[in-house]
Amino acid sequence: MASHAIEVKNLYKIFGPNGGDYVDAVKRGLGKAELNEKHGHVLGLQDINISMPAGGVMVVMGLSGSGKSTLIRHINRLIDPTAGEVLYDGVDVCKMSDNDLREFRRHKTAMVFQKFALLPHRTVLDNTVYGLEIQGVGKAESEKRARGWIERVGLKGFENHYPNQLSGGMQQRVGLARALTNDADILLMDEAYSALDPLIRVDMQTVLLDLQKELKKTVVFITHDLDEALRLGDKIAILRDGRVVQQGTGQQIVLSPADDYITAFVKEVNRGRVINVETIMRPLSGNPEGMPLAMGTVLESAARAMTGAHVNAAHVVDENGRPIGALDLPTIISAMVTPTSHEDKRAAA
Amino acid sequence: MASICSVLPELLCKFPAIDDGTIRLARKTIDDGFKGFVRSYGDAIDTVVQPLQWFLNYLESLFVGSPWIVILVLMVAVVYLGSRNINITIGTALSMIAIGLVGLWNDTMITLAMVTVCTLISILIGIPIGILMARSDRVQSIVNPVLDVMQTMPSFVYLIPVVMIFGIGKVPGLIAVVIYAVPPMIRLTNLGIRLVDQEVLEAADAFGSSAWQKLKNVQMPLALPTIMAGINQTIMMSLAMVVVASMIGVGGLGKNVLQAIANQFFTVGFLNGFALVGIAIIFDRTSQAFGRRLQKHSEVIHG
Repeated sequence: MASHAIEVKNLYKIFGPNGGDYVDAVKRGLGKAELNEKHGHVLGLQDINISMPAGGVMVVMGLSGSGKSTLIRHINRLIDPTAGEVLYDGVDVCKMSDNDLREFRRHKTAMVFQKFALLPHRTVLDNTVYGLEIQGVGKAESEKRARGWIERVGLKGFENHYPNQLSGGMQQRVGLARALTNDADILLMDEAYSALDPLIRVDMQTVLLDLQKELKKTVVFITHDLDEALRLGDKIAILRDGRVVQQGTGQQIVLSPADDYITAFVKEVNRGRVINVETIMRPLSGNPEGMPLAMGTVLESAARAMTGAHVNAAHVVDENGRPIGALDLPTIISAMVTPTSHEDKRAAA
Repeated sequence: MASICSVLPELLCKFPAIDDGTIRLARKTIDDGFKGFVRSYGDAIDTVVQPLQWFLNYLESLFVGSPWIVILVLMVAVVYLGSRNINITIGTALSMIAIGLVGLWNDTMITLAMVTVCTLISILIGIPIGILMARSDRVQSIVNPVLDVMQTMPSFVYLIPVVMIFGIGKVPGLIAVVIYAVPPMIRLTNLGIRLVDQEVLEAADAFGSSAWQKLKNVQMPLALPTIMAGINQTIMMSLAMVVVASMIGVGGLGKNVLQAIANQFFTVGFLNGFALVGIAIIFDRTSQAFGRRLQKHSEVIHG
């Protein structure tokens, strides 16, 4: 099944009894605070335009109240928009009939929740088959598929446990297995790892990345953690007060933050693990020197390899092994430390 | 008082009641209207509730007619299978033997049959209404005051129309008991469904559940502990009400209590009272233990 992209276009969400009446006012520049004070409505999302790559991980990042959970709920329409479109494979999810929407949710989407949202009275296996049961797949077939995914997420042997008998990390593995068993194209992860311990979180990120390598689903991942966003996201959108502040690849965001808000986030990031060698290499002049580094190597790995090999210079090679650029250790190190301009901004702020 | 009234206009001093003639006329009209209604539709209503009568009679003759040892073994078996608790099981056997020894076995069987039928009917009526209430705020706002009236209206008052329609007998008794015992069933079903975790419901929606699938897979199972508490309450209230219902012809322990009150039979009154307490405790402990067993999965084993 080929994955399809999701296009979010001009999406507005205004919470309140007459949200629709204020869309035009918001478009003309009515602010969130004013809308709340004068009209008693809450501005959830405004003018969201994101195209989520097919078969890639789209991360939506923002602090609490930024509207990120509201946004992800528009993709399977757990929340109805006030205005705008959510297009999947050319169809506007927001205009689907109840029946079409149910079919869309059953076959095209699967969701993982922050607080797991497992059924406490069902075992791990019975929780995992839930989506297939709703679709009407036979018991034997759905259990076979569910067992496969339970094993893939590392819960073999726990099929007959109840969620309460598992730790948070294990419960979220059940949540993931439940979503994957659905075999849906879109995987929606709403702060799926936010409730987990840091170590287990990294562990679960690895699980997702490994699975994604072969599954190539269109993943929408919500998080408030920039490190998580940078690790997982093929594309990242940063939300603030219901508005997209910046979107692009992790490197674009780290290297050229759009404003002070994002700069403040970015300066805490371990740049060595985000920036790739090809981003900072200079054009090749003459013969390639030193050791070869594959495209896509992050600076930290490059520095480790070069210091290990006691060389100061290296060249970057593409997937065919052809040299495409050169760099040396000082360049790498200066790119790894936070630029002074960012520090200045912090001092000023 | 009189001194204040001397300065106040009479209207503010003596409550201006509607005059007696009008009230008498209204009362007569309503009473006659209702009597007319009973005369023309009484037979039809009797026919409609006839199956209840059969069911009651059948169960009563089954309970009373079977050898006591069969009933005792059956009860002990049901209690054990429900509670899986040896103490409750032994307690049940001992209470039933004590009841038999003081000569109340048959009366207890009659009461047991009555309570069983009342509870089943209350559940059959209560759960669907509770579900409807949970699904719609409007239904809730209509049903709630009705339940308030059912619970606070003195039972003797609604015995009047029940007796006028059905006369004296088991079925009117049953209806009176159900009116009294069904509100907790409805209320707790409604409450249980409304308390189901919103995120789990959202997950059910996200996987494309239909309304029925959501009810069957999520709402009812998660509301079950509360619904079980409702069933428990309903049983207790039925047991309390069978005594009052004995005034309109329900037999069993309640009838004995009524006779004891009329004749000041101190010992008879208490023996029958304790027999009621005995079966109340059996029902209560068994249904609670059963409810807990259904919730085994919620025991937190992992810290």
